[in-house]
Amino acid sequence: MSTANVERKDFAASKKLRDVMGQYFAELERGPAEGKKTAWCTSVGPAELLRAMGFNVYFPENHGAMLGASRMATDLIPLANARGFSPDICSYLTSDIGSYLKGASPLQKMKLSGPPKADVLVYNTNQCRDVKDWFQFYAREWNIPCLGVHTPRGTDAPDRDLIDFVSRQIKDLVEPLEKVAGCKFDPDRLREVIDLSRQTTMLWKAVLEAAAAVPSPITFFDGTIQMGPAVVMRGMPEAVDYYKLLVAELQERVANRVAAVEGERLRIYWEGMPVWGKLSPLSNLFMELRTCVVASTYCNSWIFEALDPADPFRSMAQAYSSIFICRGEEEKEAYIERMARLYKINGILYHDAKTCPNNSNNRYGLPQRLQQKLGLPYLVINGDLNDLRMYSEEQTRTNIEAFVEQLLQG
Amino acid sequence: MAYFCGIDIGASAAKLVLIDSQRQLLAKATRRSGVDYAQTAQRCLDEALHAARLNQSQICGAVSTGYGRDNVPWATGKMTEIACHGRGAHHFFPQAITVLDIGAQDCKVIHLDASGARTGFKMNRKCAAGTGAFLEEIAYRLDLAPAELNGLAERSTKEAPLGSFCTVFAATEILEKIRAGIAVEDIIKGAFRSVVKRLLEMDVVTGTLVMTGGVAAHNPALVRLVEDAFGRQVLVPPEPQFVGAFGAALFAAEMAEKTQKGATSC
Ligand code: SF4
Repeated sequence: MSTANVERKDFAASKKLRDVMGQYFAELERGPAEGKKTAWCTSVGPAELLRAMGFNVYFPENHGAMLGASRMATDLIPLANARGFSPDICSYLTSDIGSYLKGASPLQKMKLSGPPKADVLVYNTNQCRDVKDWFQFYAREWNIPCLGVHTPRGTDAPDRDLIDFVSRQIKDLVEPLEKVAGCKFDPDRLREVIDLSRQTTMLWKAVLEAAAAVPSPITFFDGTIQMGPAVVMRGMPEAVDYYKLLVAELQERVANRVAAVEGERLRIYWEGMPVWGKLSPLSNLFMELRTCVVASTYCNSWIFEALDPADPFRSMAQAYSSIFICRGEEEKEAYIERMARLYKINGILYHDAKTCPNNSNNRYGLPQRLQQKLGLPYLVINGDLNDLRMYSEEQTRTNIEAFVEQLLQG
Repeated sequence: MAYFCGIDIGASAAKLVLIDSQRQLLAKATRRSGVDYAQTAQRCLDEALHAARLNQSQICGAVSTGYGRDNVPWATGKMTEIACHGRGAHHFFPQAITVLDIGAQDCKVIHLDASGARTGFKMNRKCAAGTGAFLEEIAYRLDLAPAELNGLAERSTKEAPLGSFCTVFAATEILEKIRAGIAVEDIIKGAFRSVVKRLLEMDVVTGTLVMTGGVAAHNPALVRLVEDAFGRQVLVPPEPQFVGAFGAALFAAEMAEKTQKGATSC
């Protein structure tokens, strides 16, 4: 099979990205000295509300991903396992708790002391139950309030009742949060934050949709890095500014037909979690195979189009409850079908992540159904988001190479 | 005459074949893969060249496959073992087939249409269950040579089923069965059945079933259990453990013919 050795083409904007993310973490570190309270929030928790109430918002899942990407997770997970957190549950949770137990964090390499201590923990179970169990560990450790929203999962499109139910729960957070924040809730400030969050979301969407161009100017692997501000800085003007820069650069790449993967021959959709500890070898492998992983459910999970400053609570409920992960199989199928068409996909790769059943969508026959419907070949790789004990480099490489061989048959 | 080479460096053994432009097998060689794949490849090549009375300069193309496919300095191309097992099996059975390959460390299900184009494939999950390594471990536990397994399974009158998925747990189960006085041949047949069950759950089989790999080569009793489980006849090509290498040699011939149209020697 013909292969090519090519360099990953970084974005000029990436330097700015490092600054923006650095400032975000520095602000978290300075919070207590500046009299700011810190709220921990799950990735699709009510971050807008927290931000509007003056909290510095920290996302432990982002820390989980950093533990995975730095491959520190492998040594830390066993510490949590020994404390009774099974190797079969979320490895973000186990690596993060391991990190806490050992006092070791990739943030220390950024000259920070580590994750900021929380004043309050706020979860949303829209993605899984593990986030609540994770936050409750810290609630017990620090004796602080752990609040949350319980979102029904596995339903088709969220209906009125569901939105009522969720938005009521978000409203109910206001009072206890005021107590922790020591200040009154300001609805105008919430509208402002939601507006900024929506701008971020729409720009992030434009970043991802640039990959619909042939050749694609961006890969899924770039996306996992570029998504930082969309994940942790929703509702902050810095995120909006950053993505304006990135979108402009992408538009230029598209206009000049700059390919993220030189000589792009095939376009793949990645379904499931990234394998954080293997981003770079996987990115290189695909580049050698002149195959671009153009899009993913994962990176698209931070698009919250429903956010609407005119109707803050209901629109937050709508946005948080509409994410792919809490949809039923039929909606998931329809979603991937839309993505396959939009991004002109040749094949779908499903990552079956051992410790995240919630983000592993190959387990109920969906790949087979979609293959029948769309005629798109698929591949399942076994691995994990953070626990590299569950991952075989050689098997994955053989599977991916064999998949590319198959797609190239025509 | 043009000559081609295919080499399959697997997790446990390296297999090499030489063919001519008529796709006739001229020579083959095998040895343990060892730790120095390049050296193993060279030794296999020298042995086969000697047997075929050829020298290396007469080889017009060589394709490597298997775990060690990147470590054959003289290979002119590389393909995955999925492609090569499929190609080799389709050479012997040119029809729509499903290939079941049981190797030392993995097993594969490969679907090919009547033209030989691949329509899908699956490899086992990261686990020894259903692979040659599982049977090797069982043989070791029972203090038997792997070559003895088939003969024993053939003599079994009452299969002792193994309930466990995992090689380590299965080994523990076997110890229990020995303690309970169950005959070794019945335990072996149970272990064979366990491999077959893993295959059965990997994928849906369509078309004619073909088995390749060392396990099929050495264990006709296991092949019969596969027939039993899938309810269809299983075809086994000649020298099933060399099918991957043979497929690689076929690719080498096709690649060379494509680039040097009509060449009869190099
Ligand atoms: S969705 Fe999966 S990866 Fe994310 S927190 Fe829940 S279990 Fe962990």
